Order: sequence, then structure tokens, then C-alpha cells
Amino acid sequence: MPHASVAAPPLALTARPLRCRHCGTEHAPAPVAICEQCLGPLDPIYDPDRPLPDRETIAGRPASLWRYKEWLPLDGEPTLSLDTGYTPLVDAPALARRLDVARAWVKNDTVSHPSLSFKDRVVAVAINAAAAFGIDTVGCASTGNLANAVAAHAARAGLTAWIFVPEALEAGKIVGTSVYGSRLVRVRGTYDDVNRLCAQVADRFGWGIVNVNLRSYYGEGSKTVAYEIAEQLGWRSPSAVVAPMAGGSLLTKLHKGFGEFFAAGLITGDAPRLYGAQAAGCAPIVRLVERGGSELEPELPHTICRSLAIGSPADGAFAARAIRETGGWAAAVTDEQLVAGIRFLAEDVGVFAETAGGVTVAAALALARAGRLGRADEVVLCITGHGLKTVEAVRPALAEAPVIAPRLREVSTLVEQSPSA
Amino acid sequence: MSITVNLPSVLAAHTGGARTIEAAGRTLGEAVADVAARFPALGPRLRDEAGKPYPFVNFYVNDEDVRFRGGFAAPVQDGDEVTVIPAIAGG
Repeated sequence: MPHASVAAPPLALTARPLRCRHCGTEHAPAPVAICEQCLGPLDPIYDPDRPLPDRETIAGRPASLWRYKEWLPLDGEPTLSLDTGYTPLVDAPALARRLDVARAWVKNDTVSHPSLSFKDRVVAVAINAAAAFGIDTVGCASTGNLANAVAAHAARAGLTAWIFVPEALEAGKIVGTSVYGSRLVRVRGTYDDVNRLCAQVADRFGWGIVNVNLRSYYGEGSKTVAYEIAEQLGWRSPSAVVAPMAGGSLLTKLHKGFGEFFAAGLITGDAPRLYGAQAAGCAPIVRLVERGGSELEPELPHTICRSLAIGSPADGAFAARAIRETGGWAAAVTDEQLVAGIRFLAEDVGVFAETAGGVTVAAALALARAGRLGRADEVVLCITGHGLKTVEAVRPALAEAPVIAPRLREVSTLVEQSPSA
Repeated sequence: MSITVNLPSVLAAHTGGARTIEAAGRTLGEAVADVAARFPALGPRLRDEAGKPYPFVNFYVNDEDVRFRGGFAAPVQDGDEVTVIPAIAGG
């Protein structure tokens, strides 16, 4: 009987063990994000001796966030959401002129697959962690983008999703969640109320709430923004990165991600200065950066930027520390400024961002005017979600389109009246 | 013994399995001190050596974040419900 050559079976997917960031206690892999000794947050432990790929190996892999799988908290081959990540890094010369910096790029997660925000990254990791633990029901507390992402990824994975959002959310975020057949629940209160409820829900029902009990795994997905920026710039770091802050996790994971690529020798030179952006109506992390110290003062949000309206950001103190350690800073902008920021980005770069993107652009402008970003700087702006999710925010600021009869003469009149370029 | 304290399940190991316990005190800090005295293993998990709350452990009195009510100085009374929730978030 001839021998058939049999490929080794794919390694079963398992999640990495965890360690408490506060007291250092190690924990076996589990859908638990809290240290049972001290209630501190748990982070995945990576094997320091694991083989790491070089630049060429990474560059030869499929264009998704899994090309960096050695830095993601799972062992074996992921089976779900394999096509998320590796969004475009868009050269933005007009925006660079507006900011008066040497170069500017937009890390364009408005076209993230499948749900048009960077939350696809964290959910791609979380949903594989859920699979590794055999969890069949996932969920989240969300200001909207995460709701869209969990609903979409759960639908294609065939999992049940329970999704909790504040009652007052943009129509695009609501429709963009319920369309996937998820169990969407609107909660009377702020995001912080929703988040508290979900901590209790995760405790009670044993579901995989991606940003609660799967958080240790979920959060690592954000690091891939840093990896992609470094690779897409030709294996180097920009001098500055500006990112929006809600819970503060993205800032801390950018810091960790760039640090890991420096440690692996994949990039050399200076680490980027990290800058955080918030809406003035909910800026507890900006105020912590400005005030100094480590004690975050929670706020009650009042801003049209609902995606960043977290008044009690769990990673706020860590984000503020990352900002200060890298020599960066933070800025808060008004709702009017953020709407202008959305329009600048659209007009300068051709990218339509939701409110958090407007905050990021407006904050970059404020930081440039304050001298925090200089003419020698090469700046990457993290634009994290698509503008069609929050059309309510920008629509009142835009001119109404003229309505005409289908006659050439009427077009000619419009052209004559139109300001020349 | 008139204030109800709800604990996350990870702390139930320190209360003999109970996730809901009773406490006494006029302020949240006093109620936490009362709990700490009766469940010695639980005390250091709710507050630091100086008796202050940890930044990653949030307390709610009747669903309101106590940081808006003066922290451990927040007044509590008969029938109040205190909920302890580790700080975990992200939109």
C-alpha cells in the first residue's frame, strides 16, 4: 500500500497564559481579564524564546493582521476573521501642509474589513480567543464601532452576539449592528453605565464579552496598527503618531507595538512620540496628561463624538503614562473643531472619517499650532472609523446640494455661479 | 448591618463563596473597613495599605460611580447597595 504524504494537522488554537500587570501573579489561559489576587488587569504572557519572523518573512505573508501572529496572544492557527487588518497608509501631502510638518500619513482604518473601524482588529483576535475557549456567545459594551465589529465577526463565525450600547447612539451605529442579527440592547445611560452592566453580565452569564472578560486577548489586536505603520513606512517609525482616545487602550497598545518591533530589531532609530486626542466634552485623559500624576478624574460626557465618550476610561492612566514617556502630549477639541476636522480630512486626503477621526485631525492641528508638532516631523494620524457611521455630526455643516430640472441651461447657470478653483 | 455589598465572582473565594455580603458604616470607606475587618483576605483586595481605593477597582453606590460623590468619603445609609467592579473598558 503506497504511503500518502500526510501534512501535519494544524495546531489546535490555544490562548496564551496571563499575568497581572499590578501584582505579577500568573494565571492559566482563561476568559478572565481580572487578577483574582488584586483585581488588576491581566496581560498575555509571550514566550520570550519563541522564533520570530524577519522582515522578508512577514512581507511574504497574506495582507492581514495575522502576518504578525507571533505578537498576538494565540498559539496555533487562527480560523476566524482571517481577512482583517493591513489597511492602507495614505500619503497626505495637503494635510502635511495644513499641519506645517514634513510629511503626514493617514492610517486609514475607515476601510477596515468587515465593519469599517479599527475595532475589527481587536475583535478578530477576541473571536479567535472565544473559539479557543469553546465559547459560543460573545458580546460587548460599546459606543458603536465595537458593536458593529462584534456583530459582524460573530455573524460570520456563527456565534450568538449580545451587544449593549448607550440608548443615544447614531442611526448608522444602531443599524450597522442589528443588521447582522445580533441581540442589540440599548441601555438608558452613558457608556460608563453600559460598561458597568457588562462587567456584571460577563460575571453572571459566562459569555465572552470581548472588552470585559476577553479583554486581555482583545486588546492585543490594537498593536497591529503600530506594526502595519512601521512596515508600510518601509520598516521604520514615524516621528509622531496622533491617535484618538476613548478608553485609552489604543494609545497604550501603540506604545507596546512599536516597542516590540524595536525589541525584535525589525525597526531601529527613535521611537515615535505618541499624541492623544479627545473631545473637550469628554477629555479625562487629556486633562490627566496636562495635570500630571496618575489619578484619573472621571467625567460625565457632553460631546457629539459618541465613539470617544467614555468618562471613566479604564486604560486612561496607562495611556497618559505612554504619552509622557514617549515625549508626546494630548489635546482636546470642541465639537465645532471636530466637524471642521472631518471636512479637512475629506478635502485634503479624500478620506471620510467618523467623529473620532475629526477629533484626531483637529487635535493634530491644535498640537501643531502649539508647537508640539514641528516642521521636521513625520506624522501618522490614526483614523479609526468611517464617516458614514456618523453622518448626523457633519451634515448640518455642509451646503445643501442644488436641485435642478434635467436641463443643460440649469447646469450652465450653476457652473457660472460656482466659485472658480 | 444594613448596606449590601455586591462583589465580583473573582473575590467570592475570600468570603466563603458569598458574592453578596452585608456591611455597616456611615461612609463607603467605613463600610469597606467593616468588610475588611470581617473578611481579612478581602480587605487588601478592596483598598491599598493606606486605606485608599485602587485606581483599577471602581465602587458604585446605588449604580452611581462614587468618584462623583467623594470616593470613600461618600455617605451611605440603610438600604444602600454598594457594587465593586474592576475597571475594564473600551468602546
